[in-house]
Amino acid sequence: MDRLARARYVERAVWPIGRGDRNFWISVAILSLAVLAGVYAWIYQLRNGLGVTGLNQKVSWGFYIINCVFFIGISYGGAMTSAILRLTNAKWRAPLTRIAEATAVAALVVGAVYPIIDLGRPDRFLTIPLYAQVGSPIVWDLVAISTYIVASFVFLYLPLIPDFAVALAALGDRSRFLGPLYRSLSLGWRGTPAQEKALRRGVGIMAILIIPLAVSVHSVLALLFAVTARGGWHSTIFAPLFVLAAMLSGVAAVILVVGALRRVYGLQEFIAAKHFRYLSYLLVALGVGYLYFMVSEYVTEGYLLESTTTPVLEAIFTGAYAPAFWAFSVGGLIFPLILAVAPGRFPIGRACIASVLVVAGMWLKRFLIVVPGMAEPIMPWDWGRYSPTWVEITITIGSAAAIPLILIIFFRFFPVMSVHEMDEVESAEPNPQPRLQPAYVGGGDD
Amino acid sequence: MAGPVSRRQVLIGGGLGASAIVAAAAGMAPIRFEAAAESEHVHDEKPRQWAMVIDLRKCDGCKKCTEACQAEHELPQSFEWIKVFQVQDKQGRMYNMPRPCFQCENAPCLKVCPVAATFRVKDGVVLVDQDKCIGCRMCMAACPYGARYFNYNEPPKPTHPFQHKATPEHPVPQQKGTVGKCMFCVHRTADGQLPACVEACGMEAIWLGDLVEDVATNGHETVRLSQFLTDNDAFRYKEDLGTAPRVYYIAGHGQLLDTV
Repeated sequence: MDRLARARYVERAVWPIGRGDRNFWISVAILSLAVLAGVYAWIYQLRNGLGVTGLNQKVSWGFYIINCVFFIGISYGGAMTSAILRLTNAKWRAPLTRIAEATAVAALVVGAVYPIIDLGRPDRFLTIPLYAQVGSPIVWDLVAISTYIVASFVFLYLPLIPDFAVALAALGDRSRFLGPLYRSLSLGWRGTPAQEKALRRGVGIMAILIIPLAVSVHSVLALLFAVTARGGWHSTIFAPLFVLAAMLSGVAAVILVVGALRRVYGLQEFIAAKHFRYLSYLLVALGVGYLYFMVSEYVTEGYLLESTTTPVLEAIFTGAYAPAFWAFSVGGLIFPLILAVAPGRFPIGRACIASVLVVAGMWLKRFLIVVPGMAEPIMPWDWGRYSPTWVEITITIGSAAAIPLILIIFFRFFPVMSVHEMDEVESAEPNPQPRLQPAYVGGGDD
Repeated sequence: MAGPVSRRQVLIGGGLGASAIVAAAAGMAPIRFEAAAESEHVHDEKPRQWAMVIDLRKCDGCKKCTEACQAEHELPQSFEWIKVFQVQDKQGRMYNMPRPCFQCENAPCLKVCPVAATFRVKDGVVLVDQDKCIGCRMCMAACPYGARYFNYNEPPKPTHPFQHKATPEHPVPQQKGTVGKCMFCVHRTADGQLPACVEACGMEAIWLGDLVEDVATNGHETVRLSQFLTDNDAFRYKEDLGTAPRVYYIAGHGQLLDTV
């Protein structure tokens, strides 16, 4: 392969490492402020109780449960993107996998805090294992989420092992402090054929394992709703619907993070229109799948007009929640999918705008699942109301800011694009033919 | 209140060694449960099986039951453990429907609780152990009748000093950050008294029954429960959900039985 191109690739991959320029510190300051505001709101809530939120006797789940499902969903999509690209051996994956895996971990760490934020007695959180009742969906969730946390950390860590050397070299004079840490984290990696083989196997196993794990996490999150007798929740399609929703929002989030980091870290040479086009195909495939599931759900429920589901469906389609619903289905699903795949100019910009819309739309969709399902008149005469307070809004904004904050700090210490992965993709070329450019380099449009 | 202290305790406990606590807790939980159930039925061989009958023909919607309940359990105004719904039936006529906890035999709230803080005592009443409840509110999502109430804020200052420690059988005062609900006043029935709502109802519309002895009383009259239910075509609310409620309604204002 082209030695010069590889040198440029490594240079860009490690460019953010140890670099504390003005833009970096400004971003850290702004994001930290948002996170701190969120932490303050949480402390305020811990001191005063859930009474400071907009939750009430009727709508007792709100923003926190929505955010939990939303962020864990994004995490799932990040992990799946990487796993799918690895399993299908997509040659163009090298510059993307690290970003996808890091996004998965960052979103998961944020999402996993939400069940604790939502508790009325967070001080009793650690007593759950003591009394754990196996029949409770909450227990299923905690088991699934904590397993998934371990798995996604491993999934991020394994491909990172060979890159510690690259990162260490890039750290320069700072390597004196971090050197021992990096060396111990790299587990004595020297790149011997046996080590290469073990790593390939390990990453392969994780790529396969992460898929059923992520499916299970999101399925049991869906069961949290589906096992109740509430209209709009009690649906057999909920588990797969949640899994698809998670993948859709996750791929959109990956496109967004890739698009942002590409500019910030100057990766245009290696992450090109081609990558966005391929990711957009994935986005559209998932989006169409989601649309199909959603229509199936509403048609089955809406045709019979059962007494429990009818009020919810009315509220969503034509009632109080109709603006949110139509904003989601048109502006957050159908339009962005068309925008992402339509041929024409600015494929990257369009993919990014479409992803913003999809991510926002998927948050709205989770709102449309949780809140009307809670507010619906289960005793058929009273609708509940829910308007979040500053506490819930501040915590939500803070948690959203935590994801980019975690990412830019992470990439200040570790290569943003996997160097080893790129070497592997290049060397694994089955029929080495003379190429004009390496596989990872994106051409003009395609 | 006790928040910071117990939080610290839990953290320290977790650090010291979870296995010891697991063993201790596993040993303790059933003992506590047995003791609680036993103390109520020292004189009985067979535990009573409490049920309730609410006569919608008589209820005039005065909400005396709700007020008595709130006074009995020192609850704030928004906590209507027995809530009187004003309902317009399909013919446009109004009637009132009090809704206590239905003490379902197949209780959805009981199944979903992650820490088994919701449990059933021998006489069929579903209680909440507020010392155990983590406040996840899954039971509120699961209850098809909206019978559960979450203590978002500190419960109001008690109007008279309490002589006892709050227990699942007498959950007064309520604990902030946990869930509470109607518990058929088992602290009163254990002493041979009627639940506060039954006693307070001036229309004599609420009956407490025992499925084992097959009797029911509203404090003035006593009837044979099974006969009373059949004669008056009693129904149970949203019975088709399979929750098997222990609360029966007697319609009579012409309202359709499937009010759902």
